[in-house]
Amino acid sequence: MKALVIAKRLIKQIGSDKRSLGLMFIAPVLIIYLLSVIFTSSTSKPKIDVVSAPDTFVQALTKDTITSNVNNEGIALERLKSGLSNAYVVFSNNAPKVTVEGSDPMITKSVTALIKKALMSEIIKLPQASSPQVTIPEPSINYLYASSEIDFFDSMAPLLMGFFIFFFVFLIAGVSFLRERISGTLERILATPLKRYEIVFGYFLGFGVFITIQTIIIQTFMVYGLKVFTNGNFFLILLINLLLAGQSLALGTLLSAFAKNEFQLFQFIPIVIVPQILFSGIFDLSEAPVWVNALSHIFPLTYGAKALKDVMIRGLGLMDIWKELIIIVAFGVVFISLNSLALKKYRKI
Amino acid sequence: MQSLVEVRNLKQQFGTQVVLENVSLDIFEGEILGVLGPSGAGKTTLVKAIVGMNQPTSGSINILGTKMPSLSAVRNIGYMAQSDALYEDLNAIDNLLFFGELYGIKGKEAKERTMELLEIVKLLDDSKKQIKNFSGGMKRRLSLAAALFHKPKILILDEPTVGIDPVLRMEFWKEFERIKNAGTAIIVTTHVMDEARHCQRLALIRNGGIIALGSPRELLDQSSTENLEDAFLYFSGVKGGYSL
Repeated sequence: MKALVIAKRLIKQIGSDKRSLGLMFIAPVLIIYLLSVIFTSSTSKPKIDVVSAPDTFVQALTKDTITSNVNNEGIALERLKSGLSNAYVVFSNNAPKVTVEGSDPMITKSVTALIKKALMSEIIKLPQASSPQVTIPEPSINYLYASSEIDFFDSMAPLLMGFFIFFFVFLIAGVSFLRERISGTLERILATPLKRYEIVFGYFLGFGVFITIQTIIIQTFMVYGLKVFTNGNFFLILLINLLLAGQSLALGTLLSAFAKNEFQLFQFIPIVIVPQILFSGIFDLSEAPVWVNALSHIFPLTYGAKALKDVMIRGLGLMDIWKELIIIVAFGVVFISLNSLALKKYRKI
Repeated sequence: MQSLVEVRNLKQQFGTQVVLENVSLDIFEGEILGVLGPSGAGKTTLVKAIVGMNQPTSGSINILGTKMPSLSAVRNIGYMAQSDALYEDLNAIDNLLFFGELYGIKGKEAKERTMELLEIVKLLDDSKKQIKNFSGGMKRRLSLAAALFHKPKILILDEPTVGIDPVLRMEFWKEFERIKNAGTAIIVTTHVMDEARHCQRLALIRNGGIIALGSPRELLDQSSTENLEDAFLYFSGVKGGYSL
């Protein structure tokens, strides 16, 4: 059986590649573990603030949510904006006014359902209270960002857009830079007076042309073709996407320096790319352990996804996201510098 | 004669592995120095150290008086690597123009030089073909042209004639001869003993050290042998007929 010959060779071959082996056996365990941490922590109770609410309502609401009494609507609004709460309820003239954050349809749904449920339980108690002037309080629901029209795909769209731009650029840039090294041309051009950073930067510029086109296509298709919900300026979104793509380009070329072949480059996908998706905001990490949150901050995609969500769904402007943009650019600069250093492997100067 | 390249007591070590030790040699204007030795002897490592890719562990390399590694000194070197480092998706002209531009040669000058070189290496008819459709011999010829583009004072050729047919090999050596006569110093590595007769001087290299240095005639006389294969065995300390 010649198949055995092939099999034997393959076992020897892969067996000698310690890194591939490690990845094959350890990466799945790691990713499944991360997923389990995220899933078990994302079933958190929604946080709802109440302003001058009746005690019965607060008691009913406390059962299913984390309810906090705040002094006035201004404070409640601030807390909502800064993400300390998911919604707030203000009672004025006995009419409840609900304001939800609105960027995540899942949270919006559960929050409004829980508030309605709490209001119902208050009504049930009413006959005993014998106050005839009270009518059924139908809550008016406002949205801080977006509206009730936003569906699950809309809320995911900024993340998906950011991720796909990031992923495709990473792959193409990584493979292409790898090819330059495998074919010997990298070594060859390093035998010329070319400076190391000029090579890295040249790659960045050359690919920049293509990733700009790619980014415009992806974004245009999502915004005008799929008509995903967007509240933000098209060009501001494009700016975020381009910075994200540029940074991914830098990361792809950098990581290709640590891969001997395409096989090893693709191994970076489960350890570098997949965790980024998990941590970039698809899942609510607010209740996750501290280390999960800390981890999410080392992934560039987290910042890209946040900026995209802020602009597309929350309709925020450049002044609100400049910090994220600076972090994305900083990541890119670090990756390019590291890559320039990594080329020392080929030429010491 | 002026020494263009001075290698002094070069030691090159990677981790714990010593690849070159105590290597000293000079390369003079208008000569072809053959670096002759079996694969694994350290030929490519020596060449890469001269090109400035590696920092010597100890010892020194000077190119036209500049200590290597130095990017400005690299300008004087034309390098043809062991593998054909060409861009498969580009045609011959674009490949050459690219390498020219790395040395700052652009525009009309670059185009003229490209055509001149394509003529020298007899690739004019295939100049618009993508390299992936080139044969091995054609790729070698184009690699040589790329190394010559900026008219370097020192030409370093790492196994330039591997895998090419005897006719082309003959033409390669004729071309090297012409380049040499124009005043360029050439370093050629090879493991084909037969090619050594084209060189003015030979450095026999084995296990990371130079075992003999001199003209082919001198080496034959010193070892009182008839051919370089036997001379190599003699200098390796293996006097007798059996192979390594």
